[in-house]
Amino acid sequence: MIRAPFSVIGLLLIFSLATSPTQSEELKDLYFGEALFYAHQGQYFAALERLDTELKQHNGVDEPELDSLYSYIDDAEFSLGDFELRYRMHHRAGRAIKAVLEGAVDEVVRNDAAYRLASIHFQKGQMDEAMLALQRIDGKVPESIRDNVEFLRANIYLAQARPADAIDVLQKLEGSSAFGAFAAYNLGIAYLQNGQRQAALEQLERAGQFASSDPAALAIRDKSNLVLGTILLEDAEYAKSIPFLNRVRLDGPFSNQALLSSGWANMSLEKADRAVVPWKILSEREVTDRAAQEAILGLPYAYGKLNVHGRAAISYGHALDSFRLEVGKLNESIESIREGKFLQALIREEIRKDKDWVIRLRSLPETPETYYLMELLASHDFQTGLQNYLDLADLRHKLIAWQASFDSFDDMVGIRRTHYEPLLPDIDSDFRELDSRMRLRIEQHKMLVQRRDQLLTMPRPEFLATPEEQMMLRNIEKIEAQLKNSDSPFAVSSLQRAARLRGVLTWRLETEYHERLTTFDQNLRTLDTAMATLEEKYEQYVRSRQAATHSFVGYEKPISRLRAQAQNSVQKIDLLMARQGYLLEITAIEELSARRSTLENYTDKARFALADSYDRATQQQARIGEK
Amino acid sequence: MSRLNRSIAVALIFCGSLTAAGAQELSGDDMRSLDGQVQEIKSDVLNIASELGNLEERLLYPSNTQLALFVSIAQDKQLRLDAVKLEIDGQLATHHIYSFQELEALQKGGVQRIFTGNVVTGGHELRVTVLGKLDNGEDFNLSDSFSFDKGVKPKTLGIKLAGSGANGIQVGDW
Repeated sequence: MIRAPFSVIGLLLIFSLATSPTQSEELKDLYFGEALFYAHQGQYFAALERLDTELKQHNGVDEPELDSLYSYIDDAEFSLGDFELRYRMHHRAGRAIKAVLEGAVDEVVRNDAAYRLASIHFQKGQMDEAMLALQRIDGKVPESIRDNVEFLRANIYLAQARPADAIDVLQKLEGSSAFGAFAAYNLGIAYLQNGQRQAALEQLERAGQFASSDPAALAIRDKSNLVLGTILLEDAEYAKSIPFLNRVRLDGPFSNQALLSSGWANMSLEKADRAVVPWKILSEREVTDRAAQEAILGLPYAYGKLNVHGRAAISYGHALDSFRLEVGKLNESIESIREGKFLQALIREEIRKDKDWVIRLRSLPETPETYYLMELLASHDFQTGLQNYLDLADLRHKLIAWQASFDSFDDMVGIRRTHYEPLLPDIDSDFRELDSRMRLRIEQHKMLVQRRDQLLTMPRPEFLATPEEQMMLRNIEKIEAQLKNSDSPFAVSSLQRAARLRGVLTWRLETEYHERLTTFDQNLRTLDTAMATLEEKYEQYVRSRQAATHSFVGYEKPISRLRAQAQNSVQKIDLLMARQGYLLEITAIEELSARRSTLENYTDKARFALADSYDRATQQQARIGEK
Repeated sequence: MSRLNRSIAVALIFCGSLTAAGAQELSGDDMRSLDGQVQEIKSDVLNIASELGNLEERLLYPSNTQLALFVSIAQDKQLRLDAVKLEIDGQLATHHIYSFQELEALQKGGVQRIFTGNVVTGGHELRVTVLGKLDNGEDFNLSDSFSFDKGVKPKTLGIKLAGSGANGIQVGDW
């Protein structure tokens, strides 16, 4: 009984994954946006690769508050966990979500994280941990997950065999727009678990009349009617069970089972004529379905009860033909799986591009082994195994493609080395010479700037004298020195003339000082621009020179390490794929063998019943003849 | 026969399949154990992918010449983007035709790295041509040119598309 609520888990997870905290916000971080671009397309490997790298880079920067991711860091960390969850990396997802829970994040984000963590534990069957995670929810719960949280809580209670607690929660969820139908059904199951049979029947009856146009809600409504009808059938309340079984839609996923049970309920009421109708419909449906196969055998049984032995014999004949054909198909399928064709079919690219690929797989004429595996494909463990197998195939495909990249990188590095290595020594030698000249000029420029700055605070007109004026000043000084010690009668008059000359020069230097300083400053500014261009060119050269070295130096080790890691991973993947594939094949073969065994059993029964029907038909014919 | 078959019918409803469940139980533990190992290998391959991405970037797009162009759609617009063509200095850089999934991802706030390449430092011209449909179903074809300077650091430009009109294409530094 406990499996019934679990069947809703798939739907629950779909709901939980439909939310994303950053879905409608306009992002300012391009790299986080790029990760979302892939995530929104369901490419979680690419999304994780980018977001993981972006977060690592963000965590490595000195001033994270200046990084564009800073404002979105909570969302980014939350999304990382979310993507990991969607990529079925529950271990890492759990760690990432726990990190969000323990960080100083907004209440809404923390509660969302707690809910997701609880979902992970629930999916892994860790009910106590799931409940502990839910208990961390405190304060404001995002509207979008409010019902999800309560529905999950109820499911955990049911899984923990605490139906009374589940009942309290589910009663409040009956009005939920998203979960109303599921809550109504699960409430019925909870009553059953709690030993409240009558309440369960009434609740399932209510759930079976749930008004909705949503296909999932309609399916759960059918399931409620089917379960209710089946309980009554089991308790030999045949007449009561029939209306509920008849409520199940003929085109719904539970239709076959309902038609079969309806037939048995009528047979139990000795109303074989009424059993013929649902079984006739069912016997004409997909022949691989269990219920349809049972109806193929049940239909002639009902004809026999109606004493239409001729028709019964013909129907048993059809049943035998049909079962023989299906056993043949099953044998072929088992053989095909043993030859590895099942796994080959699963990893076909063109099939998996379709979101309904599992269903499409069944329609491929060259994959008969998949005809009988729909129920198996729907089981959680098998699906996990299957999905893992496909993920491994994808990873292997990526790693093999990367091997080619490594070879190209090696070639590229080799070509660059061959190109640059002979050129660089001469370039470096020329650069060293140029570098020393440039450094000299840079020093001279610095000195001139320093002088200009000094002149602005302490005027020194002689510093702005032209070379000619400087020579004249030196000559005057020399003449004055010679005349001072001279006994010549012209010495005094000559000294006066020299003083006048100095006066003329000083006058010129003093009166033209500001004009000269302005010209000097203007010239220096022109030089500043030239020096800035020079320094920029210098920087550019240094960078280009570094880039030349960086284009071929330092790649060998990382490339060879990554190549080894990739090879190692391919080996591990091959091993895992072999084990996973083997398990899938074994499980599939077991399922097919069991189905074959059932069909062989049916065949035996049909064969005996056919002989019996012929006898009875012959006797009946003889009696008619006698009359 | 009827009693036996009826009990099978009941079991089917609750358990899905008796035989399937049996086979499932047999391999369930193995499947779960393998699941853990699959998660580990996924983690390993993600690390390799991340390192390889960095290596590829360093090798193919050195920072002094690297140019990355990203495309996003204005969140208040519901335009249907069919294709984007980018030309740098008159040369075709990329021409991307959008799938429905890609368009939906952009409409939900995703940002597409549409081009990564190399350009020399200095001034360049980027020409963006967009083809698509507006909210009202009308086709639009919009082109605009933008100048940008490439320095010694990697250059990242975001191209935001908002449909037709003067601000239909906005290009900004990142």
